[in-house]
Amino acid sequence: MSGLLPRLQDGWRRATWVDVFLVALRLLVLGIVGYGFVAGLLHPRYGRDEWASFLVFGLVIGAIYALIALGYTMVYGILRMVNFAHGDVFMFGAYAACFTLIACNRNGLLATQPALSFALALLACMLVAAGLAILAERIAYRPFRRGRAMAPLISTLGLSFVLEYSARGMFGAQNKAFPSFPAIDGAVLVFGLSIPRVQLIVMLAAVLTMLVLTLVVMRTRMGTAMRAVAEDQDAAILMGINVDRVIVFTFALGGALAGVAGLLYGLVFKQISFFMGFFLGVKGFGAAVLGGIGNIPGAMLGGFSLGLVESLGPALFLEGIGVAAPYQLRDAIAYTMLVMVLIFRPRGLLGERLAVKRA
Amino acid sequence: MTLPARLEPLALARDATRLALAVTGACAGLVLVGLFGQFSNRWLVVGLLDIGHALMLAIALRAGMVAARGQSWAGAVPRALLCGALAGVLVVLLVMAARVANLRWMLVSLTPVTLNRVGYMLPEQQAMLLLAAGGAAAALLGTALVLLPPKARRLLMGALLGVVLAGLLRELIRSLLSGLGEIDGWAFSYDGLLPAGAMAAAGIGALAAARPGARHFAALPSRARLALQLLCLALLLLLPAVTNDFVAQVMMLVCLYTLMGLGLNVELGLAGLVDLGFVAFFAVGAYTVALLTAETAGVAHLGFFAALPFSVLFAALAGFLFGLPVLRVRGDYLAIATLGLGEVIRVLVLSDMLKPLLGGAQGIVDIPKPALFGVILGSPTRLFYLTAAFAALAGYCAWRLQHSGIGRRWLAVREDEDVAQALGINLVQVKLMAYTIGAAFAGLAGGLFAAMAGSVFPQSFQLLVSVNVLAVLVVGGIGSLPGVVVGAAALIGAPEVLRDLGEHRYLIYGLVIIAIVRFKPEGLSPAAIRQREVA
Repeated sequence: MSGLLPRLQDGWRRATWVDVFLVALRLLVLGIVGYGFVAGLLHPRYGRDEWASFLVFGLVIGAIYALIALGYTMVYGILRMVNFAHGDVFMFGAYAACFTLIACNRNGLLATQPALSFALALLACMLVAAGLAILAERIAYRPFRRGRAMAPLISTLGLSFVLEYSARGMFGAQNKAFPSFPAIDGAVLVFGLSIPRVQLIVMLAAVLTMLVLTLVVMRTRMGTAMRAVAEDQDAAILMGINVDRVIVFTFALGGALAGVAGLLYGLVFKQISFFMGFFLGVKGFGAAVLGGIGNIPGAMLGGFSLGLVESLGPALFLEGIGVAAPYQLRDAIAYTMLVMVLIFRPRGLLGERLAVKRA
Repeated sequence: MTLPARLEPLALARDATRLALAVTGACAGLVLVGLFGQFSNRWLVVGLLDIGHALMLAIALRAGMVAARGQSWAGAVPRALLCGALAGVLVVLLVMAARVANLRWMLVSLTPVTLNRVGYMLPEQQAMLLLAAGGAAAALLGTALVLLPPKARRLLMGALLGVVLAGLLRELIRSLLSGLGEIDGWAFSYDGLLPAGAMAAAGIGALAAARPGARHFAALPSRARLALQLLCLALLLLLPAVTNDFVAQVMMLVCLYTLMGLGLNVELGLAGLVDLGFVAFFAVGAYTVALLTAETAGVAHLGFFAALPFSVLFAALAGFLFGLPVLRVRGDYLAIATLGLGEVIRVLVLSDMLKPLLGGAQGIVDIPKPALFGVILGSPTRLFYLTAAFAALAGYCAWRLQHSGIGRRWLAVREDEDVAQALGINLVQVKLMAYTIGAAFAGLAGGLFAAMAGSVFPQSFQLLVSVNVLAVLVVGGIGSLPGVVVGAAALIGAPEVLRDLGEHRYLIYGLVIIAIVRFKPEGLSPAAIRQREVA
């Protein structure tokens, strides 16, 4: 039994100056967060209701991140490639939902049959987003299946720009307002807390979508094939699985989830723009890495964690340090967390599951 | 392929229909994203063809080239004619459908004016005939381009390119040739290229394509060739001084992006590190110069040339500090990590937290122009020479670095990290070196940018800049020094010259990036090593 001390000494002997720097960086970040946390506790500024609303909002935005992250994680699990265009697939889903709702609003369906219009919008956004995701696979992945690692990265970046600025040209540069309808307005009392009804609906829809996804992945033939390809692509081919079809199906499934995320995002934030996709996509990827890339429950966990950190973080850590207007730094917190995870725990919370083993 | 003779018409119709549908889709996309609307009221050749329709014809031409693939004249010509004509008819049918459906509440670019312009404001049958004829002609031309013997093909291509370039770059050409008063009368008018000018441009293009002196040039001794090339370069450098501020400004931007491209080339091209947070170092350089020189910032009131070394230094330091933690991250994670870092910097600069120092969204203004030996470098021309001098210096440094020991180690790491490590290369050290040096180049570019713009705002340092620089490298050829210049000229210079491309330029960037990665992965001006690899 070697004790803790000799192990530490051994570690110290092997450490290079880069390791020392990394440890120092870890301590620094922990110190800042800890200091902010304690200082925030000593001078509480928010009441119970505010904390509850931060929490609920974090869960809502986290659910949206989780839906986006699922698309990343499934694709990455099979192909080991980042899809920069995934965020723009999400954006197109949001536009599709928005225009469906507007169309329903124009012929009065939205007021009389809100559930039906919601279902129509859901269908539209899933179809459009799945179609675009398949297009992304065709353009940016299939030609490079056996090629260099950088080519798909760069071509999805290009595709992302094409999609963004096509949306700008087609739908206009201004923000687009989601039509509001009475069925989702107002608030509900849950455990004595008033929570906006739309947030409850969005949470419910997101959780339902994730349940359906789990069923698809665990119970259907295609889901089984997906897991087989993610486990070992060559063995899957030997078992007679059509890998091309599985990959297309994976992209379509991920795209459909991103489309649902687009609809929910629009319902919560009421406004969408052509530019919103890219950075939500990056955050979705961050959530996927946080949970462990290639790992489906991990993506859900990662999404919710990222949402919570983003919504609670400013009040929890930054307020205590005395930063002016901490809410402006929300994105900075999210990105810092993303970078930290990439550096210190690239395996994520639940561990990664990848088709191609790391060299 | 030997098909039974009676199946031949069927196959022909099928091929042509498929191509026509693709052409129609592409044309519809052109109208939907607003490119057609933007360009349909600008002439390529006055009175004959506007740029919007020219784009449509280009699509049909491309389809004609595809139709000719693997076919003889007898098979290709009917395919091309049918495809072009069918596409013309389909486009007009789509326009009619769009008028009926009236989707303007959703698709903002489908204005009645734009829809009318697709058919030249003609009644529908005539529009159909006209577009079908045009499409068929363009597709036929495309077929001819593929099937003609090489010499004729090159002449035709040269003539076409000559007209297109003269039409697109007419403002540049007019401003370049403004000294020769006569050219305005017959070749160009205020609206654009006149038919006579188009003929002349076609002739010049064909002549250039024929390359009459090429054999003599190749026969010259290498020293003389180098001298001639240097002479061309010197003439190019003289351009801004003898023409106007617009040319100087465009060339200055090209130089600035060349400078940044050289930096990213060290990271991506030599060491193989994908960096999407490159703009952060550019921002560090710009803010350093701004803080150290601006009257309003009140940190120090240095001159520009005293502040510039600091901006290089601080950017390199930032690169070093960024690089330390992220460089152990694997390939595509690195892209995301650097992107995240770049965004953190931008959010911090924008925030109220650092507003007292960096000015928040208002930025820092009133940065004095650089002064050298009492001469204030205020005009675009002078700033261009300053930027060009630094770009040349940076190019020399990059060239020396590439062929030094560290350059070889970078290449080894890029090709295979494991092998490089086995050969005794310290991966972290070598990558860190690349990252720091790349950041220093970006810092230099940032410092120059601050001085030439006279003010710095957080909005100038968006992710778009990083992507632009990446696109410059991809287009020019990753890892190639001349490629950086070619890429910067093609991506930064050309859209500046095609003034009213506006925000559509990013759409074009995206398309160009996808096309290059797919069809010409070694870039327009590939590095020697890549050339050897591909060959």
